Amino acid sequence: MAFSLPRFVSRGAEAELIPQGRLSGPMPWVIAIMVALTVIAAAAGLAFSNTARSASDALTGGITVQIVNANPVERDRQAQAALRSLRATPGVVEATLVSQAEIDRLIEPWLGAPTAEGAIPVPALIDARLRDPVSGEMLGQLRRTLRDVAPAARVDAQSTWLKPVFSAIGTMRWLSIALVGVLAFALAAAVLLAVRTALGTNRETIEIVHLLGGTDRQIARVFQRAIGFDAAGGGAIGLALGLVVVLLLGKQFGGLGAGLVSSGALGWLDWILLALIPVVGVGLAMFTARQTVIRALKKML
Amino acid sequence: MSNAAEGEIVQFDNVGLRYGTDREVLSNVSFTLFPGGFYFLTGASGAGKTSLLKLLYLAQRPSRGAIRMFGSDAITLPRERLPALRRRIGVVFQEFRLVSHLSAFDNVALPLRVAGVAEREITKPVADMLEWVGLADRMHALPAQLSGGEQQRVAIARAVIHRPEMLVADEPTGNVDPDMAVKLLRLFEALNRLGTTVVVATHDVHLLKRVPDSLIMRLDKGRLSDPTGALRYPPRVPRPKGEAR
Ligand SMILES: Nc1ncnc2c1ncn2[C@@H]1O[C@H](COP(=O)(O)OP(=O)(O)OP(=O)(O)O)[C@@H](O)[C@H]1O
Ligand SMILES: [Mg+2]
Repeated sequence: MAFSLPRFVSRGAEAELIPQGRLSGPMPWVIAIMVALTVIAAAAGLAFSNTARSASDALTGGITVQIVNANPVERDRQAQAALRSLRATPGVVEATLVSQAEIDRLIEPWLGAPTAEGAIPVPALIDARLRDPVSGEMLGQLRRTLRDVAPAARVDAQSTWLKPVFSAIGTMRWLSIALVGVLAFALAAAVLLAVRTALGTNRETIEIVHLLGGTDRQIARVFQRAIGFDAAGGGAIGLALGLVVVLLLGKQFGGLGAGLVSSGALGWLDWILLALIPVVGVGLAMFTARQTVIRALKKML
Repeated sequence: MSNAAEGEIVQFDNVGLRYGTDREVLSNVSFTLFPGGFYFLTGASGAGKTSLLKLLYLAQRPSRGAIRMFGSDAITLPRERLPALRRRIGVVFQEFRLVSHLSAFDNVALPLRVAGVAEREITKPVADMLEWVGLADRMHALPAQLSGGEQQRVAIARAVIHRPEMLVADEPTGNVDPDMAVKLLRLFEALNRLGTTVVVATHDVHLLKRVPDSLIMRLDKGRLSDPTGALRYPPRVPRPKGEAR
């Protein structure tokens, strides 16, 4: 599994100080795997963030009023009264009665097509939107207002229904972020080990260059560059792998056609962030290599 | 030169060296080297020649005593300033220490590259130098493909390629035939005439007689004796040499 990187490095002194290839070994592949996993974890984290944001945007201000009454005439009367009352309430931006046709469509999968008008008593539904996120105080106030005009009204915040979903999404999001952190740490650790090994195998060379007047920086630069090229090659492969997986997963979830999932779709900013992961990876690898080499050299005279 | 101290290139004052907690391998070593001098360091095997040279080429700090080199206090000099001093010194290591994955050419080019010399100014001098030590046709060979004597000549070429102010050579003729030994000594003398201070450690007494103007330091179980009295400390101004700077 020889992995040779393009040698557009100048054949200068520093490029030749340590033998190329000795440093490489499995390094580019380790970096490729790390970057691929990071891209997937980050994509998941971004998707969960988007879902949570758009869902909460849509739901935090939303309330649902059900008029539960078996008598269709009375139900309609109370529904109209509640609608009027809601529209007159300050802080309510919008209130609409969900049409019978839409309710039928919503319940059809569970109860079958309505056979005759009023055969199954279904509550009337009012969808209302508040200017501010729903608070318990606001709900109580609305309930008191509606009790007088529509005693059969039940007022609920839409977000309360979805609370478990929200908290699950939140957890997944933090998990993804933590995973990205852990992967970055693992990448740094892998680089550290690779550089330590390379330092060991090239110890004699380093000592000679040192005694010939080579500076710590010159020697560190050699390792930094070797690791940088490994990381760039591995990072490119890792990004490609990660994006393929993300696109496939996206397609599968897209196929579900569920509203929440499609709201989690990645925007162009998200794609740019994902593309930056290997760049950050290369930077991290080079920084780690530099620190490791400089620290090891400080122990020599 | 009004003040003798101004002219010194190296000054050791009561230097002692021990490795770890062992006995001292160098004790009370005091001497002065002047620019343009040609010095031999002799002594039995194990007397401490390599140890003394390591102090000279800044691979080792002494356990005690004072060392001044090129006008700087080598003991208190910050680590970052050592590379600049080392570039003024050429070293032939006793065990050569060629970089094993680099060709003879690249090994000789190393001091120039470390010093940042442009690649186009490297090719010709390095080829000339290899030609001079008789290795023009072995330029692209790796050290492992060279005989002991050939490796030694590469090591010498590497030590002198950047025209150091001081050349430190540890048994530089140990692996070559007498003719080559004389030839290499002529190279050192030529450099010496151009102003390089030369320090050669050897136990080959025949070599000593070949350089008429040389001064001899003798090490005996880590103590320095000075048969000619030329090196004693505090220093006196040495006999001026015609071609020296
Ligand atoms: N790195 C080291 N650690 C411990 N002891 C050492 C080390 N290097 C040298 N010595 C000891 O220091 C003493 C002097 O060694 P040194 O190499 O300076 O002798 P030398 O005069 O160069 O000998 P030779 O002519 O055989 O090269 C020896 O007793 C040796 O065992
Ligand atoms: Mg020795």
